[in-house]
Amino acid sequence: MNRKMITFSRIVTTGLVNFARNSWLAIAAMAVMVVTLTIILFSLIANATFTNTIQQITSKIDVSVYLKDTVTDADAHKLMAKIENLPNVEKVSYVSKEEVLQKYIKDNADNPDLLGAVSQADNPLPATIRIKPRDLNKLDDIKTFLSKKDIASLQSDQPSYSGDRKEAIDKITHATNILQRVGIVAVVVFAIISVLIIFNTIQMAIFNRRDELTIMRLLGASTWYIRGPFVVESIVYGILSAIVSVFLIHSMFVAASSTLQATSLGLLDINYSAEYFKSHMWALLLMQLLVGILIGAASSTVATRRYLKFKTK
Amino acid sequence: MILLDRVTKNYGKHATPALDRASLHVEPKEFVIVVGQSGAGKSTLLKLLTREERPTTGKIIVGGIDYDKLRDKDIPLLRRKIGVVFQDFKLLPNRTVFENVAFALEIVGMGNKEIHHTVPKVLDIVNLKGKEKRMPMELSGGERQRVAIARAIVRQPKILIADEPTGNLDPKHAWDVIAVLEKINRYGTTVLLTTHNQDIVNKLKRRVVTIEHGQITSDRAKADYKI
Repeated sequence: MNRKMITFSRIVTTGLVNFARNSWLAIAAMAVMVVTLTIILFSLIANATFTNTIQQITSKIDVSVYLKDTVTDADAHKLMAKIENLPNVEKVSYVSKEEVLQKYIKDNADNPDLLGAVSQADNPLPATIRIKPRDLNKLDDIKTFLSKKDIASLQSDQPSYSGDRKEAIDKITHATNILQRVGIVAVVVFAIISVLIIFNTIQMAIFNRRDELTIMRLLGASTWYIRGPFVVESIVYGILSAIVSVFLIHSMFVAASSTLQATSLGLLDINYSAEYFKSHMWALLLMQLLVGILIGAASSTVATRRYLKFKTK
Repeated sequence: MILLDRVTKNYGKHATPALDRASLHVEPKEFVIVVGQSGAGKSTLLKLLTREERPTTGKIIVGGIDYDKLRDKDIPLLRRKIGVVFQDFKLLPNRTVFENVAFALEIVGMGNKEIHHTVPKVLDIVNLKGKEKRMPMELSGGERQRVAIARAIVRQPKILIADEPTGNLDPKHAWDVIAVLEKINRYGTTVLLTTHNQDIVNKLKRRVVTIEHGQITSDRAKADYKI
């Protein structure tokens, strides 16, 4: 082994030994770090779940244009081509009278009264053009287009905008935005607190060993030979805290998923959260490890700095 | 080996300087005793040599290293070339004698095998054979100081600086320590020893540099010293 390798392994070993010796101090630092990392992880999963819920609901929303029976297939397709050219339109599809009827019969299979109102021979249901908008908040151009006189004259009824559902979506989006902000603030606040506490812990560890540090300095130990063990120690905090936080979230989904499911508001798909967590577990763990290591390394580097400065005057 | 050229150290702007235009030249393999009352500036002189303090003005060159051109990150490298023995020993209390000496070698990245080969030899030089596993607390003051000397010389420095190594010791133990320093000097290490023990100075018959109120007032070969 060359000298650098020997020195590196000594730094790591010393760091690990110090970690074991400072276990009580370490537990305090790690507790805060676990809370921080758990909040980060929780926010990420919640965010993914909200996004998914919104996507699921919005994908079901469309604008239905009801055509008069007099409109021919050719005219209908001409109209569709025009609608397709609108900037906010993602997809346009045509549902013929027969298809609408089939769906109606299927949807109301257990309601003979409603079924009796329609029949193949006398189909009162209109052929429908379904428009899937890109952005639900910008329906106005579609609305304007559909209310033009020549276009309106082709329609048997007012187009349906799924208005009530849109309101619900707006509420969810709004709530999500607020939650995201709260999440970010919470993450930042806890990250700062955990950096401060780890910083303090390391400073206490340094204070306990300041004579040793002075002696090391006088004997010609390099900055990193002295600082290294402290950085290693706090990186260990980071690694263990990351594992604990992932484990906490994991057990929350495994052990408590049924309870969560029961108490959920129906809007949020806890199964999706669990699925998301399971399928991204390694990536999330890696991210947590990186954040934990970063917090640990940064705070210990700063904490040791002033003890390692040489006199400049 | 050591060159100080009109070195002044002022700790506060308006205070009297701790060291006032001190010039000193020490040849390789010399044994120099620096004497003076407490507060005369002996410790400041040594702290300037180990670069614990920086001079306010003046030039210091030790072992060919010009301190003006020394970068912070090279200070550890400088300190590895100078062995220092402190009055208060500065041993690590929770490590054995062997570990305390080995510590100096671990810092420079020496392998464990080499350390186990080197440390016993040095402990033999300072007459501490067989006490490798003792803790500093179990040793007498003189023995502790010899551990500190072993730690200072284990890297075979060209210069050994000993700051009042006998200050806390009774006469018998003080002489043990001085004997070890003379032995090391015979092996070719430049020794710079500060003391205010008249007896030791007079019996050693070495070069004596006297500091009074921060100024070097006398520098004589094979000198006596009277307080």
